[in-house]
Amino acid sequence: MTIAATQPILPNRPRLTGRISDFLWKHPQVLLAVLLGPPVLWLGIIYLGSLFALLLQSFFSIDDFSGLINYEFTLATYKQLLSDANFDIIVRTVLMAATVTLFSALIAFPIAYYAARYARGKWKAVFYLGVMLPLWSSYLVKIYAWKLILAKEGILTWAFTKLNLLWLLDGWLSLPVIGGNSLSVSYTGTFLVFVYVWMPFMILPIQAALERIPANLIEASSDLGGTPQQTFRHVLFPLALPGIVAGSIFTFSLTLGDYIIPQIVGSSRLFIGQAVYAQQGTAGNIPLAAAFTVVPIIIMGLYLWMAKRMGAFDAL
Amino acid sequence: MRSDRSTSAPLGLKVAAIGGLAFLHIPILLIFLYAFTTEEKSYQFPPPGLTLQWFAVTWNRPDVWAALTLSVKVATIATAIALVLGTLCAAAVSQTRFFGRETISLLVILPIALPGIITGIALRSAFSMADIPFSFWTIVLGHATFCIVVVYNNAVARFRRVSGSLIEASMDLGADGFQTFRHVILPNIGTALLAGGMLAFALSFDEVIVTTFTGGQQSTLPIWMLEELIRPRQRPVTNVVAMVVMLVTFLPILAAYYLTRDGDQIAGAGK
Repeated sequence: MTIAATQPILPNRPRLTGRISDFLWKHPQVLLAVLLGPPVLWLGIIYLGSLFALLLQSFFSIDDFSGLINYEFTLATYKQLLSDANFDIIVRTVLMAATVTLFSALIAFPIAYYAARYARGKWKAVFYLGVMLPLWSSYLVKIYAWKLILAKEGILTWAFTKLNLLWLLDGWLSLPVIGGNSLSVSYTGTFLVFVYVWMPFMILPIQAALERIPANLIEASSDLGGTPQQTFRHVLFPLALPGIVAGSIFTFSLTLGDYIIPQIVGSSRLFIGQAVYAQQGTAGNIPLAAAFTVVPIIIMGLYLWMAKRMGAFDAL
Repeated sequence: MRSDRSTSAPLGLKVAAIGGLAFLHIPILLIFLYAFTTEEKSYQFPPPGLTLQWFAVTWNRPDVWAALTLSVKVATIATAIALVLGTLCAAAVSQTRFFGRETISLLVILPIALPGIITGIALRSAFSMADIPFSFWTIVLGHATFCIVVVYNNAVARFRRVSGSLIEASMDLGADGFQTFRHVILPNIGTALLAGGMLAFALSFDEVIVTTFTGGQQSTLPIWMLEELIRPRQRPVTNVVAMVVMLVTFLPILAAYYLTRDGDQIAGAGK
């Protein structure tokens, strides 16, 4: 009796792996530490460490004469950030991000709605892959494709000529701000590429939100005499809104930080990403570059906070 | 009585949906067309003629091969690191309860939620502060950091479906933790890990923004592409490389889709 009480039900396992396994089973905290340790250390040290080091630098300033970083706490760099030229860059980028998001939603919604409500079986798979392949295919190759399209001798000019609509294209390009010498050096071009590259990120969240709307809600709305427009406005749109907001997080954030698209297709006026790149590279002004990166972080923080309040994260 | 669900879509919706998909796919088709064009100096459409000669020219370019080899090496090692770290993290979050679980998810997603330029410049300034020279390994370090989330997302989704009683049954039958992992957990999450790994590979293979900041003199294939986009040297070769890159990224995506399509969450729904 006494012997049985002091001995465990099974003897300790003979092999080392068995003993380690038993030890971890008895000490779940150790198991947790073993599991979580490596990824948390990696992300915590390499990623968060770098991020904080960068943000810290935005409170330093650069000496105008020597070009060296002055390691004293100051808000001078932030004052410089809000100077007219730099503030213009911020406004331009935010406006572009907002326009891109709006148009992405307009193009994405019908695709998502069709895929969620009408596509069945094989067509569902076709729609899914039809969205996934462009979403995942190479970012640079997609930009390159648009360079081919927007070039003066490219397919777009060719199509407009064949349709005898060249005057329309020329008229558009002669407009101030959005026009330019050719599409590939105008804001219109930049906008088109942004929409093309980021729009797929909008489709799947909207589709997920739409799939959760029971079809009989729409039928009920029709039964009660709602026209398709009214049903859309009062039933479909409010229920799909969390999905749209979730998708807009991607389109907005990705446009906000991009510096390659406006560099390759666009006018010489800078966006935030390009400003960061120029400041850390040729100008060597790391503090200002760091201050510029704070702008998207703050804007996205606000955006995520608002999105969370609207319940967008349930649609992700 | 149940009203029959209408199966045909309004014409306007059909046109908008198909038009949207066409908008997504026509530029990709053009890449395939331009790889065969005989025109060397411009992006003329329609192409004056079609030829296969640029494939041979590209095949004999050592700089393209060097860039491709580097990209494959970086993507392989980054994927391997991401697989280990992402799986560990997913196992911890889904199999145990602890304080701060939400924070862990946020931490994993952050490198991809913030614009790439922020991750890139943060790593760059950290490397130069720590006097680490830019090399092959700094590129891998950056890539692994944002690849973790892809593996993590896939593994977490699958762990949710693996019943806890399976693991308990294995333990009751006398298997130790390692045996349970090897014979019960791994076969269950295997395809999800494979899919996550493929997506991580595709993500790393295509990454350019972080690489411009963490790479030294070496150029990965996307960096090579970027150089060609800014300062075109030989357009036909770029056309061919663009097509090859497109094909190389399609394969892992399709594979990941077929590996996870029966699940509740299909791999790659978020990038």
